[in-house]
Parts: sequence; structure tokens; C-alpha cells
Amino acid sequence: MKEIRIHGRGGQGAVLAARMLASAFVQEGKSVASFPMYGFERRGAPVVAFTRIDDKPIREKTQIYNPDCIIVIDPGLLSLPTLFTGLKPESVFILNSPKKLPEKPNDNLKIGGVVDATGIAVEVIGRDIPNTCLLGAFAAATSWLKLESILKVLPDYLSGDILQRNLKSAERGYKEVEVTKW
Amino acid sequence: MVSAQKGQVRVITGNATGAYGAMLCRPDVIAAYPITPQSEIAEQLAQFKADGVIDSEFVEVEGENSAMNVVLAASVAGGRVFTATSSYGLVFMYDALQETSGFRAPVVMVNANRETPGIHAVSSGQQDMISARDAGWVQIITENDQEILDQIIMAYMLAEDNDILLPVMVNYDGFYLSYLAEAVEIYQIEDVDKFLAPLKKQSPRQKLVPGVSQGCGTHGMEMGYVEARYKHTQAMERVKNKVDEIDKKFGDYFGRYYGGQIEEYRTDDADIIIIASGSATGTARTVIDAKREQGIKVGLIKLRLFRPFPAERLIQALKGKKAIGVIDRSICFGWKYGPICMELKVLTQELGSVPILSYIDGLANLDITIPHIGRVVDEVNEAAKGKPYQDVTWIPMEE
Repeated sequence: MKEIRIHGRGGQGAVLAARMLASAFVQEGKSVASFPMYGFERRGAPVVAFTRIDDKPIREKTQIYNPDCIIVIDPGLLSLPTLFTGLKPESVFILNSPKKLPEKPNDNLKIGGVVDATGIAVEVIGRDIPNTCLLGAFAAATSWLKLESILKVLPDYLSGDILQRNLKSAERGYKEVEVTKW
Repeated sequence: MVSAQKGQVRVITGNATGAYGAMLCRPDVIAAYPITPQSEIAEQLAQFKADGVIDSEFVEVEGENSAMNVVLAASVAGGRVFTATSSYGLVFMYDALQETSGFRAPVVMVNANRETPGIHAVSSGQQDMISARDAGWVQIITENDQEILDQIIMAYMLAEDNDILLPVMVNYDGFYLSYLAEAVEIYQIEDVDKFLAPLKKQSPRQKLVPGVSQGCGTHGMEMGYVEARYKHTQAMERVKNKVDEIDKKFGDYFGRYYGGQIEEYRTDDADIIIIASGSATGTARTVIDAKREQGIKVGLIKLRLFRPFPAERLIQALKGKKAIGVIDRSICFGWKYGPICMELKVLTQELGSVPILSYIDGLANLDITIPHIGRVVDEVNEAAKGKPYQDVTWIPMEE
């Protein structure tokens, strides 16, 4: 089983990104389970969302404590003291930031990917919704699934012009992510 | 009936699954008011209506009390009805809940479990359904998204059976299941029609018709009242076997069995048993498997039916076991044990002097984790060996 934890803020699309990721893995024949954890639905409040993928049915219904990958949508959350707690060895870190990746922020990290998803989203979508761009970056950095699988499921969640823009955003995330191997 | 065709598999949330479950059963009238963490059901059903996917009458109400009264009235007029709520919403319809069961109206309602008023908590917990324990409803708890869909279909089969005629509350853990996206098989609606068709072959239930004078409802004086209550409790007793029968029929047709009142997991040769309900049972299965590999003979009972309480099935499953641990996601004011544990204690005479350990966990969105359940298994295992044990443990208070 692979466990992915997404950190964002209400309104940035963390919950939807976790679901889209689950749908994309279903395209590749995997079992999936994805859920967020928050109280009130509030813009700007920290949100954490979880996605599990496996070859066999997933029974666990707990939050994720030992992720194989964390995706940080809001770079402001980098200061969370518990952000990297419990990472599995050789795990992956995907960050939305216009800056370079920080120096290997945790001993258990193997791969880091950074992309200016906010910049790309503002340019392509016209709004600060960086989630689909980061999914593209995730596919490129992890190689756990194909970009095509992500592109194929976006129409389940979006339509019309906004779909086209998000497809482009995901493709740019895939191409423009800077990957570091530690 | 042979078996159903393959349905369409989609990755959807527990809430969306609830809406699909309702849609497949073709309710005549839907009334629901949005509340966290259930809102998506009300929204999705409204969307179905707007898109012409359902031809149900969708009544927009100003609150949950009206929602329940609307579906009660429509049910008494002979319709198939659906509503959904959670927490404050359930509490806000408390009088209407009792009216509905008093009318013996076969209302089906989904309740996304959430903590109740008193301490304002927008978070998961089964306290809401526990607070409505004695409202005269059938209460069933589900473990995952597919089971939500399947249980809604089975709930109509149960509620509208002429031997039962009781409202049914289908519960699932709010937040944990309401927002959980999983792959769900959505059956062909024609197959659900076929499965529910036997209900139409029954003699039509008594209904209120405009212009026709007849007595109906919950006004009963003295013996009238006693007789209504007596029949209600008798119907409750009949629910137990009916749940098992419907589960069998459902499994034979759609290919998924849930065990009826309870599901037993690796209990046959087990020395000790853990009892859990809802989403935590999924996690518990993984712990049971791991502990089995360590040589501990532990089994799991998933409590599906909470009201009526499946006493006979539990006695059968627990006979001869050496210790039992019960995990409750709610509390019981007036007893130190959790509510499910308290109910189990009633069976002491049948079960003998077996240690029963009560665990309170998972309140207010706190996780019932793998280590938590592992600890429960270890402690119950020690109790089975005759070691002293703690009667009641609030797991988060000891971390």
C-alpha cells in the first residue's frame, strides 16, 4: 500500500486533489480510498487530505500517520512542526513554491519535487488553484502513475473551459517540476 | 430472480453514495436540509432533481424538523420517502422522529454520525444515533461506501415489509465515511426495481386519503396506547430475523453479503472477541489479521444492527469465548460503560462470567487507530488469561 498526505488550506483544492488522485489510480487498476479531515468548511483554514492506494481492497479507515508521500499545496505550512513526522523511509515530498526546494528537510526523504504551481495556476487558470498542477508534478516526480491517467479523470470533476485550463495546468506541472534525488 | 447485471463503478464519497442509494430506490418524496457532514447528500439529490435523474417530489424545507414531518406525512399518504441528516439536525427533529415511529411509517433516513449539541463539535462520533436510541427506529451502522448504498436498498425492503412497517435509520461515520471517496458499484436501476418488486405484491398498507375519514396516528388512550406500543415492540423483535433474510436475498442477487444483524470475522476458532461498529471495523480487520499472525486467537464482531439489539446472534457468536472487548465511539450518560458495551452487559446471564472490557475511543474526530485497537486486543487477551483488567478505558485520556 502507498499512503499520500496532502497539506493545504480551505479553497486550494486539497480535498479535490486527493480524490482526483484516487480516481487516477483506479484508471490503473488500483484500489483506492481518499478522505480529508477538517471540521468546518472554511476558506484559509488548514486542511489535510489522505489518499491510499493498493493492489488489494483497502480496509483501514484511519488518518495517515506514515505517509510514502506528502504534497504541500501551501508553502506557508512548511513551518508546521509535525509536517514530516512519521514519513516512511525513501518517501517523496512535493512542494508548491516559486523558490528552490529546501535542503533535504527530513532524513527519510528520497525524492523532492518543486514547482511554482500557484504561478502556473494564476497564468493558466486565472486563479490561485494549484491542485491539478501539483498532480502533474506528482506523476512526474514519483512515476507511480501516468500523466494520462490524471488527464483522463479530470472530466469527472470539471467541465468546459475550466477543465481545459486544468488539463493544461496538470501538463505544465508534469513538465516543469524540478526533481531532486537525495 | 437470478442475479443482477454489473453496475457502473465510480469513485464517489459516502455522501454521494447515499444520494445514489436513494435515487436507485425511486422515492416519491424527498425532503432534506443540509448540515455538515451530510450536506452533499441534500445537494446531490437536488442536483438529481434539477437534472431530471429522479422524478421524486423534492421539498425544500427550512429545517430538519420540517423535513421529518414532510416525509412522515408523505409516508402516511402511501409514498416511499427519503431524508438525510446528522447531529444537530437529528436532535432538531426529535419529536418528529418519535411521531414517525409511532405512526409506524416506513421512512428511510440516512444519518451521517456526528457529535451532538452540548459541546459544540463539528466532528465524528456516534453520539447522535445513540441519543435517538429509544425513539422506536431501527438503527443500522455501516462500514464503507458500498455498504451505505447496499444498506439503503435493504432498508426499504425492511421498512416497507408488512410484517415490519418501521422507520429505518442508516448510519455511517460522518467525516470518516461521509467524505471518503472509494470505488462504488452503482447498480442498474432496473435491477433495484426487481429486487424491491416483492414489496408491491404485498397487500397495500393502510394510508390516509383526503376526504376519507379514518383514525390514524399516535393518539392512543390507555389500552389503545398500550396495544400500539406492544405491537411496535413485537415488530422490533421481528426486525432481527428479517434483517438476516434480506441480507441473504440481497447477497444472492447483487453478490454482496454483510452478515445481517452482525458480521463475524475470524470468530470460529477465536478465544477472544473484539466488538466494533462502523468505519472502525475496517481498521479492526487489519489488526485482527496482524494479531493472528502473532498467534493471538482473536476474532471480530461487527455490530450492524444496533436497534433492535441483536441479542440472540451475539449470544450464539460469543458462547464459550474467554474475554470480550467492546469499542464504543460514543458515551453513555448514567453508565460508565460505552453504549454498545452496556447493552452487551444485559446478556451476562447467557454469556457467563466472561470479562467484558469497555473502551471509549474515536470521539470528536479522534482516530480509532491501529495501535489503539492493537492495545485493546492485547489487554483483552491478558484478561482472558485471568489477569486483572480495567473495566472501562477512555483510550485518548491515557495517551
